[in-house]
Amino acid sequence: MGLTPNIERLRGSKNMFETFPLWPVQASTIAGQLDLLYVFLLLLSLVTCTAIFTTITVFAIKYRRRHGREAEQIHGSIILEIAWSVIPLGIFLVIFAWGAIIYFHERTPPRDSTEIYTVAKQWMWKFQHPEGQREINELHVPVGRDVKLILTSQDVIHSFYVPAFRIKQDVLPGRYVTAWFRATKPGTYHLFCAEYCGTMHSGMLGQIVVMDPSDYQTWLATSRTFGSLAAAGQSQFEQLGCPTCHRFETQGRGPTLNGVYGNPVTLEDGRTVIADENYIRESVLNPGAKIVSGFKNIMPVFQGLVDEEQMNELVAYVKSLSVPPAGSAGNPTLIPPGTQPQHPKE
Amino acid sequence: MATAVVTTERENYINSEYGIRSWLLTTDHKRIALLYLLSITFFFFIGGFFALLIRLELLTPAGDLVQADTYNKLFTMHGQIMVFFFLIPSIPAVLGNFLVPMMIGAKDLAFPRINLLSWYLYIFGGCMMLHCIVTGGVDTGWTFYTPFSTAFTNTKVIEAGLSIFIVGFSSILTGLNFVVSIHRMRAPGLTWSRLPLFLWSIYATSIIFLLGTPVLAITLLLLIFERAFHLGIFDPTRGGDPLLFQHLFWFYSHPAVYIMILPAMGVVSEIIPCFSRKRVFGYSFVAMSSIAIAVFGFLVWAHHMFVAGISLYSALFFSILSYLVAVPSAVKVFNWTATMYKGSISFSTPMLYALGFIGLFTIGGLTGLFLAALGFDVHVTDTYFVIAHFHYIMVGGAVMGYLGGLHFWWPKISGRMYPEAWGRLAAAIVFIGFNLTFFPQFILGYMGMPRRYWQYPPEFQVLNVFSTAGSTILAVGYLLPMIYMLWSLRYGKIAGDNPWGAAGLEWKTASPPPTFNFDETPEVTWEAYNYDEIPMPEEVSLER
Amino acid sequence: MSDSLIALEHPTELQHHFADMEQQKSTSTFGMWLFLGTEIMFFGGMFAAYLIYRRWYYNEFALGSRSINIWLGTINTMVLICSSLTVALGVRAAQMGKRKLLVTLLLITMVFGVAFLGIKGVEWYQKYEEHHVPGSSFNASDLVSVGQKYGVHINQAHSQIYFSLYFALTGLHALHMVVGLGIFTVLTYFAWKGKYTPEYHTPIEIGGLYWHFVDIVWIYLFPLLYLIDRKPFH
Repeated sequence: MGLTPNIERLRGSKNMFETFPLWPVQASTIAGQLDLLYVFLLLLSLVTCTAIFTTITVFAIKYRRRHGREAEQIHGSIILEIAWSVIPLGIFLVIFAWGAIIYFHERTPPRDSTEIYTVAKQWMWKFQHPEGQREINELHVPVGRDVKLILTSQDVIHSFYVPAFRIKQDVLPGRYVTAWFRATKPGTYHLFCAEYCGTMHSGMLGQIVVMDPSDYQTWLATSRTFGSLAAAGQSQFEQLGCPTCHRFETQGRGPTLNGVYGNPVTLEDGRTVIADENYIRESVLNPGAKIVSGFKNIMPVFQGLVDEEQMNELVAYVKSLSVPPAGSAGNPTLIPPGTQPQHPKE
Repeated sequence: MATAVVTTERENYINSEYGIRSWLLTTDHKRIALLYLLSITFFFFIGGFFALLIRLELLTPAGDLVQADTYNKLFTMHGQIMVFFFLIPSIPAVLGNFLVPMMIGAKDLAFPRINLLSWYLYIFGGCMMLHCIVTGGVDTGWTFYTPFSTAFTNTKVIEAGLSIFIVGFSSILTGLNFVVSIHRMRAPGLTWSRLPLFLWSIYATSIIFLLGTPVLAITLLLLIFERAFHLGIFDPTRGGDPLLFQHLFWFYSHPAVYIMILPAMGVVSEIIPCFSRKRVFGYSFVAMSSIAIAVFGFLVWAHHMFVAGISLYSALFFSILSYLVAVPSAVKVFNWTATMYKGSISFSTPMLYALGFIGLFTIGGLTGLFLAALGFDVHVTDTYFVIAHFHYIMVGGAVMGYLGGLHFWWPKISGRMYPEAWGRLAAAIVFIGFNLTFFPQFILGYMGMPRRYWQYPPEFQVLNVFSTAGSTILAVGYLLPMIYMLWSLRYGKIAGDNPWGAAGLEWKTASPPPTFNFDETPEVTWEAYNYDEIPMPEEVSLER
Repeated sequence: MSDSLIALEHPTELQHHFADMEQQKSTSTFGMWLFLGTEIMFFGGMFAAYLIYRRWYYNEFALGSRSINIWLGTINTMVLICSSLTVALGVRAAQMGKRKLLVTLLLITMVFGVAFLGIKGVEWYQKYEEHHVPGSSFNASDLVSVGQKYGVHINQAHSQIYFSLYFALTGLHALHMVVGLGIFTVLTYFAWKGKYTPEYHTPIEIGGLYWHFVDIVWIYLFPLLYLIDRKPFH
């Protein structure tokens, strides 16, 4: 089986107590924030549990059934009811806000992050570095740099999970989603698939190798590259015959792609959409879905003709035509790939 | 008791007719309850057997006991059987069926034949599920996520989906019967404010049955069509959206968690006042919190999808609503605790289960607060932290409530007492085994062990070994009651009409009750839980 | 039967566990209303899917909607409205104890029901001939060319989603009609036997409720599926 290395890593030591950690490694900027919330929640739970269990135990002993003692009938107390509804609610809202702040942070990649394209498939992870390096089930990143992952799946839903970074993002087929992290500590960390994806779900493992910047530079220099991702995209672009219509110096039959990424595009029906990764993706795979104002629907459909990795190269290329790179990959929402809500026509 | 001998000689619902036909064609709610008791016990042990195999596989990091595909089928069918064939019908279909008509002072449920029909639907769906299991099973996880379930797996998704679809209608009909009966069949004088809290929680549960289950039904139907004809509704390569499936699925399946826990809360609300000899503290707040849980429970489904790719703002919305639904649950815990204040408490088996329920439910509920915190959920969702959390609710909560209720009403159902010492021993074993099984899983989850893993990195082994050890203890704890309860049917002490000195109409008739429950329709002139007016029999209070 | 003694003192239609006819009737009616509530949720899940995809794939939905035979749909709407009228008149006949009139009205209702299903069958057959039935032989290239005429882009996969929902919704509705016909066959039989009297005709009322509900579902389906956008584009 091609999965042997993963399985081998699982058959580690003879003595199971050799490694018995009770706290996951903190290796990203988020990890510390999250652990702080965890400690707060643990203490809160400890206090609550102690209070409730002690009360019950005290009542159980003090009011245990004895001869000559009758229960006192008490019907209730509005003040108590209000108190033990409102006070927990207040505490809950604090937890909500705290959790929401961390979540907001987790879901907003910093603007100048290094973008790594990730394709998940049954049962492996494929990474494409902007400098052109490609990796399978292993991702090398430097310490202290913001890394944004642009993820998509080739088949079913997977989930990109690195416990040491405390990040997780479901990877959906047919659209891009993003996740980001900034590693803080060199080392090798587990990458798990966290969404059940079939037979070898538990074998869909990878590792994130976090390196000192200098080591990382060495790694970049020594690992084989195929030219930068955008360059690969450019040759794709040319091979597929795109420049026939999408010209740069003059207006062709298709819109020019200079400076498209990250900017608003007016469509023929008057709507405006922001050209994010999902928009570019859809415009290649299913060009008729959104026609740019002033152009005809003449572009062939590339669905099935470019695979996910070629798609990523094309996206990287189109993005490289907009300097400086702006914005983020669109927020994944309950709308189909790259679409904005449509409105019934007049 | 002096009347005990007389009681057993009377005609009751068990000895009024004999023969297999008199059971399979019965419309008596009490007999149907027993039919359900047998069937769900059967499924409980099948589901439990799968759970044990899962735990044994996880004893070592390598996948060495069963094949990966087998393991995936094991956890799928463990989930499907436990959720749809045990937990959801457990308290409503067994204790609810037995008790609702008696607690409202009626001769039967509103639609006795529909009640029997719902059992047959359950059995039909159950046989289909068993057939599915023995002919290959299904490996999608109980959640059936698309597009894996529709376009990738080659296991029997359609048959499993259909069996759950059918069992869903059994739930709908049961819920319908309960709501109509509680509305229309109450005995004179039994106003809404005098209803036992068990009925309030069954009522709230039934609302979820009625409003939620049809959505599950239609979702499964679409899933089956999608798989059979490749319609594209949930298929991203055809313009469909797999997240739509998740939304529709959780719209039912989150409220389904409240279907499991609400009835158990109702049981606890009966047991604690009885063994504290007190009116329940804050009756109307406990009652209304059940309704609040049922209503709010419909508004929080997407908290299962915080990392699934929903928008930031809908995640915020569902997170805050999830905190709102936690308030009524907290209110219940505080009220139960306050009920014990200045009571006169004895520790018979049902009370031990009820106290165990409070402990485990509190832990389950508090960890629910962890999971509703958005940023935190990102790290622990789809890990063993979630597994531990929902087992604390669904097993620690619902099953403890079910066993507590079964012990509490066993004298009424069978006319016999189970052996008290064994009962307490089993309750203690269940409690210890449960915590040993599931507490380590919280740590495992925070460490990052994902759920549904057939093999895992070796650093997770120690905690998994604890968990597996606990599961064997838990298994013993669950087998014991089955053995001694069967034993008690023949050798148990004759119970008498009201061995606990409990309030409630069901205790005002014979044990076991006659076919039409009451010799004459009772008239209620008292408030619920009027424990100041009912003495507790000496033998219960002195049995220490 | 142990309840035969009790039954003797009661009207024969009164089931043993009810106190009186009044209670029995209100219980049964309430049960049917609740059941219809669950039915709303049942169709509701599908309506939710419909609304989402209609918003996303408006052009495909609009053109799909135009390809359905609106005349058959309109006739079917009329047929169902008429059948609701005959059901309502039937309930009235039962209240007044007019046995023959009741049987006649029930039969007419069933004729309407069968007619509805027949017309629906014709409509489905047209879709089958046009290769608009989702599945391996699905082909919406005709819609693509219609779309080109109006300058809108049609994605066949998205058209298939429209037709999937069309067949699922109308199919489920037709299934409810079949169940309704079954119920009405039984009701007609007992009505003919003279079982229903001005004092006892709850089954007629409850069966009528169900029939009206199935009609109302159609009243929603008709505009949602047939009338999305009948005007030419632009």
